[in-house]
Amino acid sequence: MFLKDYFSTIYKSVRSLLKGMKLTGYYFTHPKEIVTEQYPDNRGTLKMADRFRGEVVMPHFEGNEHRCTGCQACEIACPNGTIKIITKQELQPDGKKKKRLDTFVYHLELCTMCNLCVVACPSDAIVMAQTFEHSVYDKKQLKKILNKPDSKLMEGVE
Amino acid sequence: MKLLLAYSFANLTSAIHSGLSGSMGNETLVLITEMVITGICLLGFLVILSFFLGYMERKVAAFMQIRLGPNRVGPKGSLQIVADTVKLLFKEGLTPDASDKFLFNLAPFIVVVTSMLVMAPMAFAKGFQIWDLNIGILYVSSISSMGVIGILMAGWSSNNKYSLLGAMRSGAQIVSYELSIGLSLISIVILTGSLRISDIVMSQQNGWWLFKGHIPVIISFIIFIIASTAEINRAPFDLAEAESELTAGFHTEYSGMKFAMFLLSEYINLFVVSAIAATIFLGGWMPFHIGSWEGFNHIMDYIPSSLWFFGKTFFIIFVIMWFRWTFPRLRVDQLLNLEWKYLLPISMVNILLVTLIAIMGWHF
Repeated sequence: MFLKDYFSTIYKSVRSLLKGMKLTGYYFTHPKEIVTEQYPDNRGTLKMADRFRGEVVMPHFEGNEHRCTGCQACEIACPNGTIKIITKQELQPDGKKKKRLDTFVYHLELCTMCNLCVVACPSDAIVMAQTFEHSVYDKKQLKKILNKPDSKLMEGVE
Repeated sequence: MKLLLAYSFANLTSAIHSGLSGSMGNETLVLITEMVITGICLLGFLVILSFFLGYMERKVAAFMQIRLGPNRVGPKGSLQIVADTVKLLFKEGLTPDASDKFLFNLAPFIVVVTSMLVMAPMAFAKGFQIWDLNIGILYVSSISSMGVIGILMAGWSSNNKYSLLGAMRSGAQIVSYELSIGLSLISIVILTGSLRISDIVMSQQNGWWLFKGHIPVIISFIIFIIASTAEINRAPFDLAEAESELTAGFHTEYSGMKFAMFLLSEYINLFVVSAIAATIFLGGWMPFHIGSWEGFNHIMDYIPSSLWFFGKTFFIIFVIMWFRWTFPRLRVDQLLNLEWKYLLPISMVNILLVTLIAIMGWHF
């Protein structure tokens, strides 16, 4: 009984070891499987994943319109004060005054790319872009205004 | 072309000898000069070897882990190890305050010297052996045992609990696995009838022992490979260094050139152990002959013997590296369990089998 267990232990362990070696041997002989991205050389063809979080941008549509209502939900959601919203009171066509976005200040040097602002936005005004090469020589270039000049809120967005 | 393939090193060595004895009168002086030349050639070879093995290790590791290895420094990353060596040279060689200074400084030297001494009886090619002594295999086995002293010295003199633990574990491991190695070596010595390495290689003229001695020798070979990876503190048995657990085990406190010496000795040991396996089981520099197939043997003879030797050695080195990047590390109790309960009893039974087939003549 002991002898049977002894030899069956040896047999089972050798089999599992050889199975492991087969896998690494397969990887060794198939260099096509290599997943390393050779970064600076492949910048031309580089495509990041869809859910990659680069920096926050505000997409603008035709007519220079964006979807930001100036509700400041993203400013409240941001954990370290990266976003600062400046609002203004705008005269509507029907005579009433409504709060609208004046300037969307975004401090890229403080942003942790946590995605909380994008999730908090009720009108899908901001998204995470796929750029990641943000290094600059002058820190002032990292304070960005996300809404383009003379852009206005799109029709029908609450 | 035929002249190049049939080149014999005996011509070169006798030419050098006659040249030297012509210019210097004294025989002892000629001998000493030859020894110095041999020593320098060997050291140069070992340094180049360790560069090559370091590069091979990193590339093999990378390909087995589906990634590229070093590929920026030099073409395809070949100068990476040179860069690493230069970095190690520039590091500060710190000696801890309360350490035993004499032993601390001596330990790396002992480890490196014992590794290099074992290169003496190796037969690299036909007629290319530094010292063909009549107890070749015994010499190899005994000198490699002395490496344990260096490791224990390093662990003790570091004045560091964890280094000491690592050194003790390593000492226990090396000393236990030596038994299995010794018994595997003995199985071939029984079949050959001689301890001399050139005799062992010549006896494989009609076929390598791995094929001639079928089952018992195959078992011996497998046990030898497993026990030697344990002996050189490598692969799944590297608890003494345990790069991610015990910081660096017995060589934690070492930095700079002394650390480089431990690394050097590890690669030299790897080469030595593979060379021994290649010599006694796979025929050393002997080409692949099959019994009495004259034509086939004659064709095989055209491939230079040094190519055979290094091909076999690097194949075994590759297998040992393959082990490293496939298997998880063994705990110290699992390690000793493997040796004393599995490898040693199987080796002992194997010796009986080998003796039986040697007496009865049941091998090819």
